Amino acid sequence: MSTEIAPVEDPGLPAHIHRKADHDPVAEKKAERQVAVLFALSALGTVLMIYSYIFIPGNKFIFLPIMGNTNASQLFLGIGMAASLFFIGMGAIQWARALMPDNEVIAQRHEMRSSDEDRADFVDTVKERAGTAGLGRRPLIKRSLGLALGLVGLSPVLLLRDLGPLPKMELSQTSWRAGTRLVTDPGDRPIKPSDLEVGAVAQVLPELRQGQERTLADIGKDAVLLIRIRPQDFQLSPEKLSWTHEGIIAFSKICSHMGCAIALYEQQTKHLLCPCHQSTFDVTRGAKVIFGPAARPLPQLALSLDAEGYLVAKQPFAEPVGPSFWERSS
Amino acid sequence: MKKLSRLRRHRFASPIALFFALFLVGTTFSVASATTKPAQSAFARSAAVDEGRQIFLKGCSSCHGLNAEGGAIAPSLIGVGAASVDFQVGTGRMPMADMSVQAMRKKPLYNEEQTAALAAYVASLAPGPAIPDAASINYERDGNTAEGGELFRTNCAMCHNFAGQGGALTQGKYAPTLMGVEPKYILEALATGPQSMPVFSDKVLTPEEKLSIIKWLKAAEAEPNLGGASLGRVGPVTEGLLVWTLGLGLLIGVAVWLASKAR
Repeated sequence: MSTEIAPVEDPGLPAHIHRKADHDPVAEKKAERQVAVLFALSALGTVLMIYSYIFIPGNKFIFLPIMGNTNASQLFLGIGMAASLFFIGMGAIQWARALMPDNEVIAQRHEMRSSDEDRADFVDTVKERAGTAGLGRRPLIKRSLGLALGLVGLSPVLLLRDLGPLPKMELSQTSWRAGTRLVTDPGDRPIKPSDLEVGAVAQVLPELRQGQERTLADIGKDAVLLIRIRPQDFQLSPEKLSWTHEGIIAFSKICSHMGCAIALYEQQTKHLLCPCHQSTFDVTRGAKVIFGPAARPLPQLALSLDAEGYLVAKQPFAEPVGPSFWERSS
Repeated sequence: MKKLSRLRRHRFASPIALFFALFLVGTTFSVASATTKPAQSAFARSAAVDEGRQIFLKGCSSCHGLNAEGGAIAPSLIGVGAASVDFQVGTGRMPMADMSVQAMRKKPLYNEEQTAALAAYVASLAPGPAIPDAASINYERDGNTAEGGELFRTNCAMCHNFAGQGGALTQGKYAPTLMGVEPKYILEALATGPQSMPVFSDKVLTPEEKLSIIKWLKAAEAEPNLGGASLGRVGPVTEGLLVWTLGLGLLIGVAVWLASKAR
């Protein structure tokens, strides 16, 4: 008695089912008309595009139920262009699906490797041509070519220099110095404590020194939010409390997570919210993180008054503002 | 005793008893409330303040307290000024419809006269920001659209969206849209800091700068949607949503059609 199991028989390829259009002249005519209609729609789309480009004035608006008031010229330009391209593709594909030959063809695979004679032939050819080019006989060409190729190879390496120079202290320092006035952004007006009611905020920047320019990179580090709350609401360490002035507290606006500008201040809850990743900071507790991905409180700017009674920075920021970076100490 | 007992069962007995009980409660209340009524000040109060007080007692005092001193669920209104009342009541935010996290703009409950009376009453409690007079709101003349846009992006856009469409805050609170908001209410909101909004005092944003912001907002309102549907003008969120649903849906449909075999 044989214990051998009979192998499963190769079922072969499924039988090829021909399309209706292959044997039914009515269906064939129908498919032909479908393709023609699609191409005609494409032509209509192009005509619509040309018409709206030339004849619909650019300031004409029409009301559409969901879209509201819409510029007619732009709308029909877009619809026309989309239709002209979409239906030409759709027609071509329908043509191929329904009408083009549907015969199944079996293509034989061949070995990829060339025959041994061809390979030997190729080596011979290369050797022969190298000899006739005379690389060995013309060292001048050989060396100058080497020089050119070498320099070409060097240039991408040289461009890597653009990754530098190293930022040095640029990430750790801002324009705030001891005695820098806080000025409104925009407007550049210095601010007195009496300008801010309880519950008020002000977006501030450091005052520019004579002849100094303010770049976007500077604003990206220097932007500060000034908030006034009732002094008794603060729950701060004595040092941080001494950095406030009569309930006015200043924080860097640059989020300690990814560096988005934080200025969403909820007056009732006294929370600052970062719009990018919803980090929430409690102003009364020194911008302590109470929600979200930020790892550190926002750096607090120490405030003081100058001789004329305007708000100034008592000292530069005690820590780098903004997100973490490689060389950051904490 | 028998007579009293018979009287007690008389069919008019309970109505009469009820009448006496109500009378007693009413008189006790009027006497008691008369004693807690604040002494009339020596200054003659204007009719508007008195009318405002009456409206306040009926419509507002259950949350804000009989003397606007505030309570567990509502802030004190002493010192908030007429501007705050005009903003909150005039835009229908107050009285609140329910105790949700935020009072939303709705059809005002009180008419202009009643709102003015309420504002006069609250303003009489303690000094506060006044309602800006119509002559000072000539933003077309005094404002600068470009400057207003710059000010808006620095001071307002973080909450109210870069096109003034409003945006989300924490825990269900939101900054409302500024489209179609009357200039007077914008100025009042800036001066008083309603709900989550902080105060923007006249020294931080000068009156001219505030008018510039209004002029920019009005320009943004009138700005047509040249690129087709605005999708709420909230930027990549709705645009992405549309592309990911409608656009990808269309692509998937086309791919399915492409791969299907013609019959």
